[in-house]
Amino acid sequence: MSNASPQSDSFEELAMPLFDQLYNFAHWLTKNRDEAEDLVQETYAKALKGFPSFRLGTNFRAWMYRILRNTFLTSRSGLKETATLPIEPEESEPIVPVDRDTPESILIDRSNQLLLRNAIEELPVHYREVLLLCEMEEMSYQEISETLCIPIGTVMSRLSRARNALRSSLGIQLQNG
Amino acid sequence: MACESWKAHLDRYVDGELPLNEMHDFETHLRTCLPCSRAILSRVQMKRAIQVAGQRYAPNAEFRRRMHQDIAAKQPHRLRFRWTLAALVLAASVVAALTSVYLERVRLRTDSVYSEIADLHVGTLASSSPVDVTSSDRHTVKPWFQGRIPFTFDLPELQPSEFSLLGGRVAYLDQTPGAQLIYQIRKHRISVFVFSEDSLRGKFPLNSGTGRTLSFHSETWSQGGLRYFVIGDASASDIHSLSELLKSAGV
Repeated sequence: MSNASPQSDSFEELAMPLFDQLYNFAHWLTKNRDEAEDLVQETYAKALKGFPSFRLGTNFRAWMYRILRNTFLTSRSGLKETATLPIEPEESEPIVPVDRDTPESILIDRSNQLLLRNAIEELPVHYREVLLLCEMEEMSYQEISETLCIPIGTVMSRLSRARNALRSSLGIQLQNG
Repeated sequence: MACESWKAHLDRYVDGELPLNEMHDFETHLRTCLPCSRAILSRVQMKRAIQVAGQRYAPNAEFRRRMHQDIAAKQPHRLRFRWTLAALVLAASVVAALTSVYLERVRLRTDSVYSEIADLHVGTLASSSPVDVTSSDRHTVKPWFQGRIPFTFDLPELQPSEFSLLGGRVAYLDQTPGAQLIYQIRKHRISVFVFSEDSLRGKFPLNSGTGRTLSFHSETWSQGGLRYFVIGDASASDIHSLSELLKSAGV
């Protein structure tokens, strides 16, 4: 999926197809329907205002997600989330491959999506957002880098940590369950 | 456990971020390495599970309708900007086209004036009596025009220049009477026409400048409400020198 080079030049034509995705992303960030609606509304208002300065030919989807994400980070709930974010180094760490009975296989077997959703929600926001952009939005590392304004190396390391955190969280929950 | 050398490639492989050559090498390796294959399988399963779990929240119909209305009502249409730009470009093009037409008409009318002045000059030189007042004395020639033309003008002291005054006559440009003075430098004869600027106004869109018509050099300017034309087959520098003398006399 790529919106890297929008040919159309109506804001409505470009932005409204992203409405459902943005709302879903907003809800994952805010964990609350009302806050998600407010966030999406504010995102579109800001995007409308800034649209004349948007450079055609650049990535409109990344631009919209960046506005939403920055709006969230400066909101009350966003500030609350980032205030509790652990300080971690951004370098890549060794990836631990799983080669036995994995949380993934157990998850698929049991079709227990609720555990996974809870595990995603429990991730720190910087891991949650990078994971959702990669898995749900199927953004490339480059697009994620543009959206979050971070280097590609940081995208990779956060993604790796997010997956490891998710895997270990699922392992614990599955054991408890 | 996956192989040490390929550990760093597992996530990039499932995310489709490996370069083609590395992907090919890794897939070759996967065909013979069970631990790495299992590691990849578990990651693919996780990706799919997250994709399913991630598509969880949908906006309600009322919120969607409200947003659509808001956007449709307020959107700054880039198309609208484009139309505005297009309208401005069109307007500029029309202005440019009109200006071009106007300038072309001005040029044609200016050419027409020079052409008429050249005709007057040639006609005078071809005449058996090119001047009605024959004198090299400016104090004789200038008074001769009194009562013949509706304005007066000053003539320059020619000494120590090479120019000499041969005389003058009344000339008509577009039915407007004016003075025609004949000067000579070496073997070249030069006509100087003087008309009232008011009587020419609106008929000829002339500014100051030099020109070349039918191989004649010419120069024109406006000074003290009078329009001067200097034309002849002398060199451009001679025409200019005489023009400067006339200008100095008119000040």
